[in-house]
This record gives sequence, structure tokens and C-alpha cells, in this order.
Amino acid sequence: MKYTRTFKTKNYNFKDIKTLLAKASPLRSADELAGIASVSEEERAVAQWVLADLPLTEFLEEPLIPPEDDEVSRLIFESHDQTAFAPISSLTVGGFREWLLNDATSDADIVGVRWGLTPEMTAAVSKIMRNQDLIAVAKRCAVITRFRNTIGLPGRISTRLQPNHPTDDPKGIAASVLDGLLYGNGDAVIGINPATDSPKNLANLLRLLDDIIGQHQIPTQSCVLAHVTTTLELMRSGAPVDLVFQSIAGTEAANKSFGINLALLAEAKATALALGRGTVGNNLMYFETGQGSALSANAHHGIDAQTCEARAYAVARAFSPLLVNTVVGFIGPEYLFDGKQIIRAGLEDHFCGKLLGLPMGCDVCYTNHAEADQNDMDNLMTLLAVAGCTFIMGIPGGDDIMLAYQTTSFHDALYLRRVLGLRPSPEFEDWLDRMGIFDGNNALSQSIEPPKLSGAIRQLMGN
Amino acid sequence: MGDPWMELRQFTQARIALGRAGHAVPTQALLDFQLAHAEARDAVHFPWDIDAFAGQVHDLGEEAVILGTSVSSRSEYLRRPDLGRALTEASRTRLKNLQASAVDVALIVTNGLSSTAVERHGIPLLQAIVKGFRSRQISIAPVALVANGRVALADEIGSVLAAKLAIIVVGERPGLSAADSLGLYLTFAPRPGNTDAERNCISNVRPPEGLGYAEATAKLLYLTGEALRRGISGVTLKDDMDTDNLVLQAIIELD
Repeated sequence: MKYTRTFKTKNYNFKDIKTLLAKASPLRSADELAGIASVSEEERAVAQWVLADLPLTEFLEEPLIPPEDDEVSRLIFESHDQTAFAPISSLTVGGFREWLLNDATSDADIVGVRWGLTPEMTAAVSKIMRNQDLIAVAKRCAVITRFRNTIGLPGRISTRLQPNHPTDDPKGIAASVLDGLLYGNGDAVIGINPATDSPKNLANLLRLLDDIIGQHQIPTQSCVLAHVTTTLELMRSGAPVDLVFQSIAGTEAANKSFGINLALLAEAKATALALGRGTVGNNLMYFETGQGSALSANAHHGIDAQTCEARAYAVARAFSPLLVNTVVGFIGPEYLFDGKQIIRAGLEDHFCGKLLGLPMGCDVCYTNHAEADQNDMDNLMTLLAVAGCTFIMGIPGGDDIMLAYQTTSFHDALYLRRVLGLRPSPEFEDWLDRMGIFDGNNALSQSIEPPKLSGAIRQLMGN
Repeated sequence: MGDPWMELRQFTQARIALGRAGHAVPTQALLDFQLAHAEARDAVHFPWDIDAFAGQVHDLGEEAVILGTSVSSRSEYLRRPDLGRALTEASRTRLKNLQASAVDVALIVTNGLSSTAVERHGIPLLQAIVKGFRSRQISIAPVALVANGRVALADEIGSVLAAKLAIIVVGERPGLSAADSLGLYLTFAPRPGNTDAERNCISNVRPPEGLGYAEATAKLLYLTGEALRRGISGVTLKDDMDTDNLVLQAIIELD
């Protein structure tokens, strides 16, 4: 046995790397459901000890899933850059943690090893990091992306305005969009989760958002979060598609359960690029992920939920996305049971994504069957904002009336701006100031009537 | 401070124009949210009176069969979705012994994550669906009622019944303003191991705010017809129907 340790009189054997990773994972219900979690706290602590001594090179020698069986594994190995890996190639997982935290390691050094890292290496090191480590290191990883504005600059946090409506009613959606804009939200994307997948409905929603953005010259982008095959059809029929959305996961089998593969994503990206709708850049993919998706599709290959999630980031970064969103508490208590597990997972995902070079945002959220509430969300969004999180969601009152879950509100972003001084993307901030929505000082204007959007409100009211 | 765009609230149930206290929500909005969350939390744990429901299905002129999973409590249901995806051995045997002749559709109802949704909308929705199927000569098996079931349970039930198509009506996860939404999932050639990409979904059935019974039924009839005709379901079967016309047509038929 390669991965063994004797503690006191008890001998612990971990038969392979994926078992070791699962046993070393901080407790979460997903791994318990999969039957791969540690059976005791001691076993977990010993596994973390063994994991810390593992050389990073082991991850290049022992694939978690044989590459011949899984295109995500092939992607991981094919995109691994030995030159970028060189500075850390002699380190163990524990040594890598210290390297990341060390003052002698510059932020540029961390950015420099991005393509030398496999997702499994980032997952492994995260498992032996405290929450404060995950925050401190993520803050050092700047990731900047552009489409119609610049996202991810230091000292800034963006928001996805999410104006969902249970029947996709255009006026209902427009009302939420205006509310969000008037609260200074929407620079990451104005993105609708449609209630129904009919192409005709989706095209109407795309035109609605395109009209609002065009009419008010808003430096932002729109997205209707449909399946990528539907978005491809919409693009071919001339609908105004800015960003291509897709949920992705960390194994080929899980992606298959979503009805996608890497070639399909590449086709969609190429089709969207050909539309040439970006103004300041060409990052135009929008991915969503979440711990537990591979398990939920029964496609996890015995790999723990957090490691599967990190592998999804290998898929994401192959397509230079504008935004990646870990929807952390969405699938429910069988994956992340309570506020404590949700907070930990959110910090892990943000850390792993940033280390791999992704513009990581987080849907700081929970469902009504999880043991969590808005106070847990306050904690997580504050921690993520300190960690330099790229974007969070903005939903009226934090209550998504279509998807039936709770996330962060328009007001929550204002709170982060107030307590941490974080600004929106620069182009969008200028727009907010010009429109009289912000006061020129990163806060809502005190004037009673925001002058420039009142026309849009009157238009919606029909007079 | 209030928002001057309060009148936009007429267009959506979303919590817009809440006003603010500095950067934060006013006290009334804060308390409203917390009360709604408390109600949704309660709705998750509300029990479903499955025997009474079976009686109402009989009143619609349809047979009902009550089946079970190995889930022993609501709390176990929340932590162990795998248990909600499989019938007990006794239920599987019972279903096999129904000796139903070959049918087009296996129809299943479960409370899922909201018993309130099934209690409130289950029967009127079933009434519209059954009427639609009858008018189109689509045959259905006895309606399977299962407490604490998951969507994929339809695969096993549909497979045991040798139905061409499985349709499961399920209580959706309660939200703050919608604790009573029903969802419908349709899978062609149901068998254990079907993936979500092989299903079509109609969600938010919750009149008057959400989708109405007739509209949901019209969509379902369209998808059912296409699935049976083309032998597919899921991402390859788009919801291409001309909604307005078909809904109108279905509403006329159902009236």
C-alpha cells in the first residue's frame, strides 16, 4: 500500500489517490451520500496528513479516471504545461500550500504556474487549507476578462442581474431588470434563467435584453441560460446572443448527462465569436458548476464532490470564459447539508477556480430544505468579497421566484461596496454615474428620482 | 427611503422596489422575507395525505395504486435522494402483478419537496391531463402515487409497466413566494439509468401566478404527441410548439 499511515496503534490504508482525496475532504453530505467520506474525524485528519506528504508529480502519474475512458481527463493531461509546472515540480501538497502563502512567492509567480496545475492538485491543496488560507491565496490571483466591460480588476466586484420570472413574462422581467439597474447591479451580465425552453420564447427574451442594453447604452452583456444546443439554434436563426451559457461538470459521463461534450462547446464558442458582438474583448462563454453535479448524474467515478468540481474548471478554462459561477448551495442538503458546508464549499470553489485562472463568481445561495438562512449567506458573501470574488448574483430581495431558492440581493452588493469599498467594473461604474444612479462615490445617489431611466419606467407603464 | 418606481410591482411577484435604509433593506422588507422563509421551511416538512389523494383520483374515474420507497422519514428523504429513486421490493411486485395491458403512458404523482403543491394543484392538474389523454386516445396505466419520491423513480415505474412514456408530477422545491409549484417530467422509453438530458420538463404549474392547468396540459400533450411520434425525449425534443395557438386549442378541447 502506497498511501498508508499508522496513528497510535491504528493502521490507515488509502488504496489510491482518489480514495485519499475523498477521505481528506472536509465533511460534506455529498461524499457521505456517495459512501466515500471518512468514517471518523481521526481518519479524515490522518488522510490530510498523508495527502500533505504526497508529491505533486503523483497527480501526473496516477490519473483519477483513465484518460482513454474520459475526455475531461484527456483534456487535463493534454493541457498540462511542464514548463509552467517547473517551479513547483519538486513540492509536496503540503509544501505547495506553504509556497502559495509564502511572502517570497509573488502574485505573478502564482499566476505563472496556472497551466502547470491540474485541477486535482488545486483540490488536494485546498483540502489541507483553512478558510483563511483559501481567502488569502485567492486574493492573490487576479483574473481579468472582457466583453463589453472589464471584469475582475482588483478592488472591484461585479454582479449578475438575475431578473427571473416564473412564466418568463416580458414586463415582469423588464421590471426586475430596471429595479436591478437602479440599484447599480448588472455589470457581470444580465442573465435570465428561462422557465420554458421554447426557442421562440428564448429569442423574445434575448431581444428584450438586447433592446434594454442598446437603448440605454449599458456597458454590459446579456444571457438567456438555455441549453447550448438551443443557443446554437438561436444564433443560427439570428437571435442577438452575447454570451453562450452552459452547465458543465468534471467528468465526461456527467457532461453527457447534461447533453454536452467538449466538441459541442467548441462549436458554440466559435459560432458566438463569429457574431462579433463584444466591444472591449472576446470572452463570451458563461459556465455554471456546483459540487455534487457529477454525483447527481451518477457519473463521479468514486471521486469526491469537490475534486469533481475542480475538474469542471479544467473544462471551463479551455474556453476562456467571461464568467464562471459556482452555484454553491443550489442542489440541496444531500450535497451540502448546512450553512457551514455551503460556506466551506464556496471558498474552496472560488480558490480552485482562481488558482486555475478562471473568473470565478459565486451564487451564494441555499434552498428551503437546507439547514441554512440569510445570515449564512451574509457570512459567505463577505468572505468571498474579501477573497476578491469576481461576481455574485443580484436578485430582487434575494428571492428567486422562478428557481425557488434564495441568493444575494441587489442591496447585498451595496453592502459589500459600503463595508469593503469594492466598485463595479469601471465602464459600468461610469455609466451608473452618468445615469445619476450612483453618486460618483460608489454609492446610490440620494436624489429621489433617478433621472435617466425614468423614461424606461414610464415606457413599461405604458404612458 | 421608498423607491419612486413602486408601480412596477404590478408586473411581478419579485421583491422589487423594496426601498432602502442606507444600503440595506427597510425593516418591513426584512421581516417579510423572514416570515416567508419560515413558511417555506414549514412547507417542506408538511405531510401528504396520500390515501385521501387516491380517493380523489378514483373520483376522476381513474385507478390509483399507492406504492412506496424505502425512505423512512422526511429527514432521510432530504439526505438520501437515492432511496427516493427506487421502489421497495413489495411495491415492485405489486406493480408487476397489476397485469396492465401495454400502455402509452405511465403517470406517477409524488409530493417531492412540497406536499402543499400536490395537495393544492395535483387533482385539478390530473383532471386536465386525463381529459386530454382520453380525447387523444392515449392510454394510461393506473396512476401511481408515491410519497417521498424523486423524479428518476418514474424510470423504474415506467419500465415495470412497460409504458412507452413515463410522466411524473412532482412537488417542486418551495421558494419564498411559491411554496406550491408542481413540476412535470416526461421521459420516453423509461428504464433505470435514464439521464436528465433524456427528460423534458414543464415547471411552475401553480395557477394563477404560475402556469395554469390547461396551459401545462397543452404543453404536455404536445410533448407527449411528439415523443410518441418521434420516439425521443429530452434535449433532442425541443418545445417548438406555437404556444398561443395550441394552448387556445387545448383550452377549447378541455372546456
